[in-house]
Amino acid sequence: MELVCPAGSPPALRAAVDNGADAVYIGFKDDTNARHFAGLNFDDAKAQQALAYARDRGVKLFVAINTYAQSQGWERWRNAVDKVAGLQADALIAADIGVMDYAARQYPQLNLHLSVQGSATNYEALRFYYNRFNIKRAVLPRVLSLPQVRQVASQSPVDLEVFAFGSLCIMAEGRCYMSSYMTGESPNNSGACSPAKFVKWEQKDGRLESRLNGSLIDRFEADENAGYPTLCKGRFDAGDSHAFHVFEEPTSLNTLDLIPELAATGVKAVKIEGRQRSPSYVAQVVSTWRQALDCFQREPAAFRCQQDWLEALQALSEGAQTTLGAYSRPWQ
Amino acid sequence: MKISLGPLPYFWPKDMVVQFYSQVAAAPVDIVYLGETVCSKRREMNLRDWLDIADSLLDAGKEVALSTLALIEAESELKSLRAICKAANANERLSVEANDMAAAHLMSEAGRPFIAGPYLNIYNAPALEIMRQAGAKRWTPPVEISRHALEGILGSLASPIETELFAYGHLPLALSARCFTARSEGLPKDDCRFVCKKYPQGIPTRSQEGETLFNLNGIQTQSGKCYHLLNQWRDLQHAGVNVIRLSPESPDTLRVAESLALALKQEQDKVLPYQLNHSNGYWSRIPGMELAAGPQETPHLS
Repeated sequence: MELVCPAGSPPALRAAVDNGADAVYIGFKDDTNARHFAGLNFDDAKAQQALAYARDRGVKLFVAINTYAQSQGWERWRNAVDKVAGLQADALIAADIGVMDYAARQYPQLNLHLSVQGSATNYEALRFYYNRFNIKRAVLPRVLSLPQVRQVASQSPVDLEVFAFGSLCIMAEGRCYMSSYMTGESPNNSGACSPAKFVKWEQKDGRLESRLNGSLIDRFEADENAGYPTLCKGRFDAGDSHAFHVFEEPTSLNTLDLIPELAATGVKAVKIEGRQRSPSYVAQVVSTWRQALDCFQREPAAFRCQQDWLEALQALSEGAQTTLGAYSRPWQ
Repeated sequence: MKISLGPLPYFWPKDMVVQFYSQVAAAPVDIVYLGETVCSKRREMNLRDWLDIADSLLDAGKEVALSTLALIEAESELKSLRAICKAANANERLSVEANDMAAAHLMSEAGRPFIAGPYLNIYNAPALEIMRQAGAKRWTPPVEISRHALEGILGSLASPIETELFAYGHLPLALSARCFTARSEGLPKDDCRFVCKKYPQGIPTRSQEGETLFNLNGIQTQSGKCYHLLNQWRDLQHAGVNVIRLSPESPDTLRVAESLALALKQEQDKVLPYQLNHSNGYWSRIPGMELAAGPQETPHLS
């Protein structure tokens, strides 16, 4: 399985390449990118340098133009596709059918990957994208159980990539407007969820409160680990229950344990989430996953998850917790 | 301007569903969307039951479409989807609302026109043209669409296409593998005991300060507030909207349809007074949970 790693900056890209990525994915510095965060991402010159650095070391470079093109800014998305084609990147990762259509017509030689934001969770949906845009690969949303991944893979017209590690989106990607409901900005319309400019921290009555656009997301006691107020990881009241994680706890997806099962489903690539993360985070996660995948490849039958790998990843996880997410039925 | 009734988002007992749609037959709505769009485990109504309701609504002069499951994960769900498409393709008078690209693909392969639902993420004119080439005869933009964005799309089309807008009801904001209704009751999804039947309007979810943020409806998360753009129907019309969609909240939603039909007929601006649980911000490019006034109107909060 190919190890696909995130880079939100040139140092993170070098960290991913140097620590064993098979492919690195990046995005541009605008709202064509679903990780459109201040101070991150690549301008034209940096993207060119990134490509050279990766290519010289035998690593592929994918570029994500994975938001939905907004009607008044269509040229931005079209120009971004032109740039990816000009770079001769190894693949363009896209979600919007308008963007994919443009890329497929203008640059038939450019490999197209369907982004997780495209939200294709079954093989009939994949056929739609394959027939129309000749996509080569699709990234599956983090909503399928392992048997469902196997089923999709067995009938899929294209190679599949699945999420292996990182922040856990609870909702089907590309199908969540909760962030724009509270702030006006969502992954689909602005390339960001729970954007930092709407976040406020306040100390009140000995507790730390986190707010998103004025609404209370969580309250933390002095001894609690206060996480970023991603709105689906907050504590709310529902029914008779008070102040609980209605959607999900702050936790990270970690599928190191599932490497043999994922390989058996036939998926071609595993993806590390985290273009918003630091170079040292990327280096540690990538190097741990490289060791694990190499170990599996050497002796698949003898593969066992090593304690030091798990501890390394645990320490890098949200809330220092990890989960198998939707791959495991009980999580659902 | 036509009025449509969107698919029933909640899990109601079968007799309540049948009773509701018998009233719909007499209500002033032009288009009715039928079927389960949220959770494939909800089996009070099977396809035959929906088709029976479709027949009686067609006889009452309604346009009827079968609305498909929005998040399709299992082979069994694809099988149900194929059965829905087959049933619609066997009846000239029935159409399909595609809420996933799988449905768009199947209808397109069958060479049949379909309706592109609000879950398909059509945000620009090139994307809408592709759906039209695939067979879309009408579309509903994503719920977060603004007037500004919709005008940009419709203004760039080669020729007009019938456009429907979600204008009343709890907005479908997200879909998940996890069932939040079952989770809130401490149950796993595989043993959910159909607890969502206990909540015919979902479970309001509030911040620890009591602000209603969301509404849990099984694997779907809805807006905490009820979207209400009806008092801006002229504005919708100017922007190019041809069909106003009401989402069933309760049997009372049919009274909302009556108020809207009357206002359209008599060309009155005010359809329904605003209440504290109403919002309509998306249309005005502000957060969806906020309430923006119509062009000549200040919100009256009661």
